[in-house]
Amino acid sequence: MDMTLSENVLLTIVLAPLVGSVIAGLFSKQVGRAGAHWVTIIGVAISFILSASVFKALVFDGAQKFDQTIYTWLVSEGVKFEVGFLVDKLTVLMMTVVTFVSLMVHIYTIGYMADDEHNWDEKSLAGKHSYQRFFSYISLFTFSMLMLVMSNNFMQLFFGWEAVGVVSYLLIGFWSTRETAIYANLKAFLVNRVGDFGFLLGIAAVLMYFDTLNYSEVFAKAPELANVTIQIFEGTDWALMSVIGILLFIGAMGKSAQMPLHVWLPDSMEGPTPISALIHAATMVTAGIFMVARMSPIYELSTTALSVILVIGAMTAFFTGLLGLVQHDIKRVVAYSTLSQLGYMTVALGASAYSAAIFHLMTHAFFKALLFLAAGSVIIAMHHEQDMRKMGGLKKYLPITYWTSLLGSLALIGTPGFSGFFSKDSIILAVGQSTIPGSSLAYFAVTAGVFITALYSFRMFFLVFHGQERMDEHTKHHLHETPWVVTVPLMLLAIPSVLIGYFTVGPVLFGDYFGDAILFTDAHPAMAMVGESFHGALGMITHSFFTLPFWLAVAGVGTAWFIYMKRPDIADKAQSMFAPIHRMLENKYGFDDFNQMVFGDRSRGIGEVLWKVGDQKLIDGTLVNGSARLVGWFSSVVRHMQTGYLYHYAFAMIIGLLVLLTWIVVR
Amino acid sequence: MFTDLPLLSLVIWLPIIGGFLILALGSNADNAARRLALVVSIATFLISLPLWTGFDSSTAAMQFQEKAAWIPAFNINYHLGVDGLSMPLILLTTFTVVLVVIAGWEVIQNKPGQYMAAFLIMEGFMNGVFAALDAMLFYVFWEGMLIPMFLIIGIWGGPNRVYATIKFFLYTFLGSVFMLVALIYMYWQSDSFAILDFHTLKLSLNAQILIFIAFLLAFAVKVPMWPVHTWLPDAHVEAPTGGSVILAAIMLKIGGYGFLRFSLPIAPDGSKELDWLIIGMSLIAVVYIGFVALVQSDMKKLIAYSSIAHMGFVTLGFFIIFTILENTGGTSGAVLGIEGGMVQMISHGFISGAMFLGVGVMYDRVHSREIGAYGGVVHTMPKFAGFFVLFAMANAGLPGTSGFVGEFMVILAAFKANFWYAFLAATTLILGAAYTLWMVKRVIYGPVVNINVAGLEDLNRREFLIMALLAIAVLALGVYPAPLTQVMHASVENLVQHISVSKLP
Repeated sequence: MDMTLSENVLLTIVLAPLVGSVIAGLFSKQVGRAGAHWVTIIGVAISFILSASVFKALVFDGAQKFDQTIYTWLVSEGVKFEVGFLVDKLTVLMMTVVTFVSLMVHIYTIGYMADDEHNWDEKSLAGKHSYQRFFSYISLFTFSMLMLVMSNNFMQLFFGWEAVGVVSYLLIGFWSTRETAIYANLKAFLVNRVGDFGFLLGIAAVLMYFDTLNYSEVFAKAPELANVTIQIFEGTDWALMSVIGILLFIGAMGKSAQMPLHVWLPDSMEGPTPISALIHAATMVTAGIFMVARMSPIYELSTTALSVILVIGAMTAFFTGLLGLVQHDIKRVVAYSTLSQLGYMTVALGASAYSAAIFHLMTHAFFKALLFLAAGSVIIAMHHEQDMRKMGGLKKYLPITYWTSLLGSLALIGTPGFSGFFSKDSIILAVGQSTIPGSSLAYFAVTAGVFITALYSFRMFFLVFHGQERMDEHTKHHLHETPWVVTVPLMLLAIPSVLIGYFTVGPVLFGDYFGDAILFTDAHPAMAMVGESFHGALGMITHSFFTLPFWLAVAGVGTAWFIYMKRPDIADKAQSMFAPIHRMLENKYGFDDFNQMVFGDRSRGIGEVLWKVGDQKLIDGTLVNGSARLVGWFSSVVRHMQTGYLYHYAFAMIIGLLVLLTWIVVR
Repeated sequence: MFTDLPLLSLVIWLPIIGGFLILALGSNADNAARRLALVVSIATFLISLPLWTGFDSSTAAMQFQEKAAWIPAFNINYHLGVDGLSMPLILLTTFTVVLVVIAGWEVIQNKPGQYMAAFLIMEGFMNGVFAALDAMLFYVFWEGMLIPMFLIIGIWGGPNRVYATIKFFLYTFLGSVFMLVALIYMYWQSDSFAILDFHTLKLSLNAQILIFIAFLLAFAVKVPMWPVHTWLPDAHVEAPTGGSVILAAIMLKIGGYGFLRFSLPIAPDGSKELDWLIIGMSLIAVVYIGFVALVQSDMKKLIAYSSIAHMGFVTLGFFIIFTILENTGGTSGAVLGIEGGMVQMISHGFISGAMFLGVGVMYDRVHSREIGAYGGVVHTMPKFAGFFVLFAMANAGLPGTSGFVGEFMVILAAFKANFWYAFLAATTLILGAAYTLWMVKRVIYGPVVNINVAGLEDLNRREFLIMALLAIAVLALGVYPAPLTQVMHASVENLVQHISVSKLP
């Protein structure tokens, strides 16, 4: 048995989607629609199959992890910047999840984008090959995401980090005739750049103190630098590891949409639904979570950084979940749910339960992709209507979508036995055991979050699939289940959403799955303590019936049923009774207005002042034109020498130069 | 085999002679003039290639040297040579001029022969600036270069060209007069005009500071650095597309090159005394100009301001080295800063050239540079939009494009000097993306709202070729910058060694 991973296999995994993307994108006319979806689907399928084989090799056949340079990007005296892969059990888990979800989304897109020409003006040339371009973009995304997770160094991590951001930008603004879409994509990019600002400074700090950007070298050297302090402000000593940890985490806050940098994610729903599932739910937004888990050898050295992560995650989990309760757009409910779940993962990171975060990342990728694609299926059936107030009673028209949505929702709310249950309960347990400052607050947030999650999930579920049929007659007449390219991915995603937790919780979360890929230290023993009381998946299920989260979830579903099925008038009453709170939620706590006012308008104001006063008035008005006037006065004296012919001036310059030189020399 | 030829003389004089030949053709031979210009520019580019392939990157010594007495009475020589700092810039020049000739092919209908001739002559002068090892020779090329540029803006420029040319001329000429004084002073001290002799010349601190300031005036205007930058937006706005491309891609680099060839090695102690000034001006350029770029409504002005901000990285990378040397005791951070600045210069040559060409493509069709006159260009020019978004992303420093490499290196190096330098420099991640992509949003995306955009035709083959060549350059340098840094490595290291030793007598 071959015990080492082949570099060629890994390169193929990364490059196959890139090749597909280039062919579909640059030769869209030649390959046509079918050619574009086949070439990209084959590319991603190759990636998935090979990722699965690497998974098998690492996990079952005991192959060694792969940590090698592919090529040297740049050398600048002593510091090597390289492109290379680190593939261990953490990486391969991400690779498999990413390529699987991506493959499902590729297939689904055939159905979702089939009649995309309706979204474009007839005369638009950009709309002509939009189908091919969409496939090109999602394959390009897959390439970028794989570069990100497979990197063995910070430079390539940053490349993947920004590259997924750009593809996200292109896809949110895919329907570029829509003002809202091109507003949302600019906003997404800029908010992410705020995060990247911190991220890049973090990388610079790593380079300065470690003299390398290679993960394994950095991790090996980290304990030596655990007690180093730096002075950012004169006279204040800051622990280096805390500074690096927090700076890198600022990047994660942007990418993984943590408060207050979460504002771009709900707006990103302007993009077509397949990418909402792939990029803005299952994979890209989890890049920040992955990154922190990957950097566990750094974060383990800073309780301060972990505490910051814990508190930010807790706020995100709780407050964004509440916002899901007041949305009418079906995709936005799922988007806020994603924010809240990302908060859960972040809380897990902050509690030093990295494996629980990654575990939740994996289960969430399946059931959230499922929920998004199911929402997309509803949207297709409803002829691109996204307002839940115009839905209802869809159960009988969309049976497959209905049942898969139900499974996805049950997984999301943490129904015992479903995959989401194992991951979410583990997080709650780990936070309960944690002693990191902020953990009691976080424990409250994630526990209360269970009720909120169940409430908004089943509010959506009942509003869409049950109750009165509120759509118009025309839409109702055309309602029917979506084509197989849409429903098959739903069914394929439903399987892991239900089952994967039960089968993997033991080995992955409490076994020795991650090995040295994730570092746990005795300083933060929460995960180990949870592990001590773990007695198999079945035991976890039976035990859960005696715990608060289970009953909170039941209460959430019950409340949703009562309000939206039994007594719809209550919802309106509650709304008027709690009008100020409702208004605050409608305004999304005012983040958008604040950003627009302070960052949008203010920075343009600064620009205007600097330009009009600084450049035009002070520099040009006083200095330049002042000297010009001086010269003007002088030249009025010598005006008779001016002929107005340019070549005279040119010659005069040269002659003047010669005269000057002669004078200096002769003197 | 080619390396036996006097390559440097060829890349200087071939375009100049070609330019004069075109002028001699007269004004009735427009097509012949265009073809001849293309042939000469391509030939020059091809001749410049052996400078790279035959370059020995293991040494910091001058290569491809040519030396002949010119004015023996004052020890002035016709002395040429390149090292890792100047060679890449010569290649950038010869490459860019080919693109400019192609870009002006149909667009320039007014005296196309003279237009092409001006660019070729300027190309020779610019190559001369980079290749000259004699200070007087350098100065002649330096001043000579201004004349064709002056004519290009003055004859083929926009409506407000007179103001722009005068401003351009006043600024740059004022700067260089002081440089001349400094050069002559050093001639008195060393009895030589050889730049390499100036490098080893012992100078008192006061002399060094004065020399540094004199050079600063010349180079800061060229770069341009805040606060002597205001000529650039005006010059760009009035210049024809080709003029803007050369201005942004090459001329600004001459300022940066000057710091490396003159200021730092001649006056290291003076540079060290005043590095805070340059760092301050650079950081102001990045932040202040970033905000100013945000509010521009004229695309060319916006890109011009963006150039100033990006050149701020060049000067920042060059002048943080003293603090790094002091902080770390080693030279690796200093090398990173200077190499980052160099890479940024080359990359900015491609990107700003591409951005100005892109605006030129739109201007040729609509005759407006106002952002408000566009919107939804992607619907009528999808190929162009693809290129433009790529270059915009490169301008915003996207990894995988050349725009990232230099900024990344300089920010990493700046952190070694001072956290706050890196902090301010890194704001470009946000500001650069904001002003570039906001423009893209308003010009490329959105619905088609006006008749001008509705009638646009996509790139023709000539335009496609230019855009594709630049796109390849931007991506290649972004994905694999090692070959570029490798050729400059020995020279930069040598420079850092040289600077770290005091030159006080």
